[in-house]
Parts: sequence; C-alpha cells; structure tokens
Amino acid sequence: MLSIKNIHASIDGKQILKGLNLEVKAGEVHAIMGPNGGGKSTLASVLAGRPEFEVTDGTAEFEGKDLLEMSPEDRAKEGLFLAFQYPVEIPGVNTTNFIKTALNEKRKYQGLQPLDSASFLKLLREKAALLELDKSLLSRSLNEGFSGGEKKRNEIFQMAVLDPKLTILDETDSGLDIDALRIVAKGVNTLRNESHAIVAITHYQRLLNYLKPDFVHVLMNGRIVKSGGKELALELEEKGYDFIKEELKEGLLLN
Amino acid sequence: MSEGIELLEERANREYKYGFTTNIETDTVQKGLSDEIIRLISAKKNEPEWLLEFRLKAFHHWQTLEMPRWAHVKFPEIDFQDIIYYAAPKTKKAKPGSLDEVDPELLKTLDKLGISLKEQKRLSGVAVDVVMDSTSVATTFQSQLAEKGIIFSSISEAIQKHPDLVRKYLGSVVPMTDNFFAALNSAVFTDGSFCYIPKGVRCPMELSTYFRINQENSGQFERTLIVCEDGAYVSYLEGCTAPRRDDNQLHAAIVEMIAGDNAEIKYSTVQNWYPGDANGVGGVFNFVTKRGMCRGHHSKISWTQVETGSAITWKYPSVILKGDYSIGEFYSVALTTGFQQADTGTKMQHIGKNTRSRIVSKGISAGKSQNSYRGLVRAAKTADNARNYSQCDSLLLGDKCGAHTFPYIESKNNTAIIEHEATTSKIGEDQLFYCQQRGIDPEKAVALIVTGFAKEVMNNLPMEFAIEAQKLLAVSLEGSVG
Ligand SMILES: Nc1ncnc2c1ncn2[C@@H]1O[C@H](COP(=O)(O)OP(=O)(O)OP(=O)(O)O)[C@@H](O)[C@H]1O
Ligand SMILES: [Mg+2]
Repeated sequence: MLSIKNIHASIDGKQILKGLNLEVKAGEVHAIMGPNGGGKSTLASVLAGRPEFEVTDGTAEFEGKDLLEMSPEDRAKEGLFLAFQYPVEIPGVNTTNFIKTALNEKRKYQGLQPLDSASFLKLLREKAALLELDKSLLSRSLNEGFSGGEKKRNEIFQMAVLDPKLTILDETDSGLDIDALRIVAKGVNTLRNESHAIVAITHYQRLLNYLKPDFVHVLMNGRIVKSGGKELALELEEKGYDFIKEELKEGLLLN
Repeated sequence: MSEGIELLEERANREYKYGFTTNIETDTVQKGLSDEIIRLISAKKNEPEWLLEFRLKAFHHWQTLEMPRWAHVKFPEIDFQDIIYYAAPKTKKAKPGSLDEVDPELLKTLDKLGISLKEQKRLSGVAVDVVMDSTSVATTFQSQLAEKGIIFSSISEAIQKHPDLVRKYLGSVVPMTDNFFAALNSAVFTDGSFCYIPKGVRCPMELSTYFRINQENSGQFERTLIVCEDGAYVSYLEGCTAPRRDDNQLHAAIVEMIAGDNAEIKYSTVQNWYPGDANGVGGVFNFVTKRGMCRGHHSKISWTQVETGSAITWKYPSVILKGDYSIGEFYSVALTTGFQQADTGTKMQHIGKNTRSRIVSKGISAGKSQNSYRGLVRAAKTADNARNYSQCDSLLLGDKCGAHTFPYIESKNNTAIIEHEATTSKIGEDQLFYCQQRGIDPEKAVALIVTGFAKEVMNNLPMEFAIEAQKLLAVSLEGSVG
C-alpha cells in the first residue's frame, strides 16, 4: 500500500529525513517510535504533502501511485489521512460543516453524489457514538477552544467519518486521559481491517497495548534505524533509546 | 516563501464579469463643473426653481472646500473639471412609459447583469429601479405599490410628481454643507431612487435599485431618499456595477433615510463597482455619504453592506438616534483584494434616551489591499441609558495586506454604556494545509473560512441577496488563492 524508498527531505535547507525506507501493506499496523526531533512528524508531513518540506531524494508510492506528485488534497482524497500532532483551530468554520465538505469533496473525487443530509447526519451520529464524542463539539467552530484531548478525539472522529485507507496517527495518544485513550484506541481498532493500514507515531507503550502493532520501528536522526515486532516497543520502554544509540555507534544497525 | 502563501498572494486573472460596456446612444453634457453646467443639468431635468437654487448653493459652498485627506487611503488628485456630470441613455421619451420603449441594447445589458425588468418575475417579489449613469431607466411594480400609497420611483420623477415631499426631506439628514462630497453631490446629483412609505404601511415587497456606470469619464452622483412614516416598514436593496476602464471613475452618492415613530428601515447593499485591474489600474472611487435619522421613538434603521468592489471605498453609513428607544444597526463585510483600499465603518449618534446601537464589522483583506474600519459612537448629554456594542473583526489572507481599526468613542452621558471588541486573525498556512489534508482545496478552504467569518453579517441580508453576496465573495476571492 505504502512504499517509501530512500526518502530525503529538508526544511529551510536543513536536512531532516536522510534516506528513510518503509513498506506498509494493507491491513498492517506499524508503530514508529523514536526520540524527540528525530523526524517522525516530518515523515508524516512529507507523506501528507506539507508544502514547506522539500523532498530532495527518494520515492514514495501509495497504492502504486506516485504520492509525491499529488497535491495534498488529492492525497487525502486517495485515502491518506493524517491525525495531526497539533490540530489547528479554524474559527468561524462549523465542525459539522467542515466534515461534510471534506466528505463530499472526497465523494466527488470518487465520482459519487454528495451524501444527503439525513444519511450524513446518521453517519455523524454513529461515529460520534463510537468515539463517545460530546456532540456539542460538532456545532462549535472547528477545534476552537477545544481541550487538547477533545482535539485529538476530533481527529479520530474525522478519520472514522472519512474512512481512509491509510491513517497516520501522529502522537494521537499524547494528551488523552486514560479513558479517552481507551475509547480512541477502540475507535481506531474498529476501523482496522484487511484493506486499511495504520502508521502510529507514539512515545508510549500504552497505545500499543491496544493497537497491537505488527511492526515497531525506531526513527532516529532521519532514518529508521531498527525494526522489530511489538516486543521491540517493550524493550524500548524498559531500556530507553540509549542502547540503540550504542548499537548505532558500533555500526551494528546502519542499513 | 512557501507555496501556500504565494498562492494567497497571487491575484492572477481575477475576472470582473461586469466589466463590459454597452453601446447605446447617450446624451451627455460637456466635461467640467460650473454654474452653467448646473443650470444646464437642471434645465434638462426640467427642475423647479428651488432645486436649482439648492444646487447652486451647494456648488458655491463646495468651491470653498478642500478635498479631505484623513482616510487611510491613497489616491491621485482628482481633476473635477475632467469629469462629465451628466450622461443619460437616450430614449424616445424622457422616461419610457413601458418596456417596449426601452432601448433593446439596454435591456440586453440588464439581462447580462442578471436584472429583469419584466414583472413576470413577480415571484421574486422585488420591485426594481434601474439607474444607468445619470438617469433612471425603468422602475417596476409602481402601480401595485401605489395602491398602498407607496411611492417608489426615480428621484427625478419624484421631483416632478411629488415636489413637496422631496423638498421637505432632501438634505434634511445630510445637509449640503456636510462634507466635500456631499456638497458636490448636492450640486450635481442626477438621479437615484425615492421611496416613500406612508403611515402604518408595511411595504409588501423588497424595493431595489440597481446602479450602473456605463459612460466613460462620467461620474455617478446618485441621490437616494427613503422616508418611512410612523409605523411603516421597508426593506431596500441596492446593487451596483461598472465597466472595466483604465481611468478611475468617481462615484459620490448620498443616501438619506428618515424613520418616524415605530418605523423600521432595513437597507442592504452589495457594492461591486469595478475594483481596478491586477496592477491597480483603474477602478471606481466610491466616496459616499449614507445616513439615517431615527426621528421617531422606537424607530429602527439597519444598514447591511457587503463591499467587494471599487478601487477605493470611503463610506460610513450612519444613524442618528434621535427618538427615544430608537435602534441603529450596522452590519458590514468589506472584502479587499489586489490593490483595493477600503476605509469604511459607521457613526452611531445617540441623542434620545434608551437608544441602542449595534455594530458588526468584518473586514477581509487579501493581496496588497488595505482594509480599515473607522467607527464613531457618540452619546450626547441627553442620551440616558444609551447602549452600544461594537464588534470589529479582521481576517488577513497572506502577509502583504493590512487591516486597521479606528474606533472613536465620545460619551457625554455617564449612564451610557459603550462596548468595543476587536479581533484580528489570519488565514494561516497551517489552516489551509489542515483543510487540504482533509481533501478540501485551498480555494474552497478560503471560501469556507471567509463564509464562516462573514456569517453573522450575511444572515442579515434578505435571502436571495445573501446567496448572491455569498457567490460574490467567493468569486472576488478566486484570484487571491491561485
Ligand atoms: N519549520 C522548521 N524549521 C526548522 N526546523 C524544523 C522545522 N520543523 C521541524 N524542524 C526540525 O526537524 C527536526 C525533526 O522534527 P520532527 O517534528 O519531525 O520531530 P519528531 O520526531 O516528530 O519529534 P517529537 O517526538 O518531539 O514530536 C527537529 O529538529 C525540528 O526542530
Ligand atoms: Mg512529532
């Protein structure tokens, strides 16, 4: 589904991603961990097409299509969803209206008619129930004045409504209380099936306890320096990143 | 600089779809301004002696005045001798009696502008007066309105048919000495609309005037007078466009409104004069004086404006709250793109007791434009318990444009409460990217954000007008996002 080869990316002339490789197949859940500033959010931004980042080398294919050629909105309409680490506030834009616009843009792209109001509201109610989202948020301006946790939950709510093929969660677990984490993880899990893939960027094991990733990668200094199964996450939790840094120094991990 | 900002700042190929001209025979007077020209205009319009005197007095006063410069706008010297002060589409008669007598070219023009004079469009329930350059070319639904005693006609016609009414109210709210442009208008105004709603009558349909500048080098100086007697109600709409031309055209109108006891006037306008091209060449200078007088107790005057056009807009629709318990409202969306400049706002003058006013101003700036809100709230000594609430929000697209807020407050009564809130926000790169990530392209995203921003004002427009205005905002922004 997603094939990233030797990606190099920079911002303001500063090289952040330095030859990153990643293969994600439909149905898989990948966790990406790594120290602060390692380039995890940068990877998410590059995949979503944030214009400030310049890809200087490498390729990224999404379902056989050249992802890097596509506009950010087309990537979204092709089924790539990024749950932002820091969702922005858009004053004046009603949340429901925003999601409806997004959904109908995607449907238009797929050659479908816009969803009629009744079906849309039904869908909205259903997903709001799934994520136990406070419905009053839906009539407010998008993310405006939402608490940190509400913003994160709203991201997953949008994901549930838009039903993407590939979801990138950028620290969706940070800022969620214990109950919210469980609910959000449950929401993500319900969407999980053999045609969806999830890339979860996280610092903590607790999200992975729910998501049970197939693969865990360590992203450090612009590269994936180590990959493993879910036990790698447990090892990291226990030992921190120092042992990887040591291995790196010894040249054991350079791929 | 990132791509998104560039997109925002580009104002390429913005199309002004009303920029065409019409080839119709026009009766004009020579350029320039003098006693003779004013006499000539007055004679052409077969005006009574008092009106000629009114004009000449205004002209002589105007000659003593200097062009004001205090607004936050920049423009070249205007050569007032280089303007044509009278241009009228020629018709077989002074004023066509039926549609068959209207020049077919003119009808075509109106069609293109989306205005139908055919009364079959009755369902839309709007009576229309069309003013092209200096004269009114047609008014619809007159007879039906007359049954209720409502007068809706061009002001020229009203001067002929109801001279006493016109004489009573003309200049009563905006005196000829009010300001430079008011004096100029009083000297040379050529046409405009007159609405008179008698005591206790609720006007059954929207009254609307459509202004169009066609003739090159001509100024447009229309004069609108709306009178609502005690207990009467009217909703009035004004729209305007002008052809695309390289030189600047001057538009200096006056609107006066008077509301009696318990009367209500709702005035809505969508101003879409030609804004000039992408390099800031050409466009209309829109210097307008609009003022309403809440003369009676419990009267209400409400201004709603959507300003998207003109190279320069300089206007402050105002309300004098004279009657006790009277209400003044000002709702405004001003959108500037390219090199447009707008300095607009309102004046609320509280004189009566328990008077209330509300100001909601939404300024949207894109490109290299400058958008200023200027508002004055004044509570006189007599204005016990006066209340004002002002909300001024600015939205910036890109970082080469400017938004400015100049609120002035003068209170001579310590029971008066005046509140002012202002916010400035910017459509950021991050917001656009967020929308894009959800599949919404930047153009739609901007429209979505702007619509949300302007909603409170748009909700005040009559339904059909609101939809038009919504579209106009979207179209006007098209260039500014890429
Ligand atoms: N706009 C920018 N200008 C300059 N440097 C930037 C910019 N954005 C990111 N960086 C740098 O790129 C590096 C990688 O940042 P990134 O946000 O991808 O890290 P991360 O792995 O997501 O970290 P965290 O775990 O803290 O979220 C950091 O050193 C950061 O300072
Ligand atoms: Mg990050």
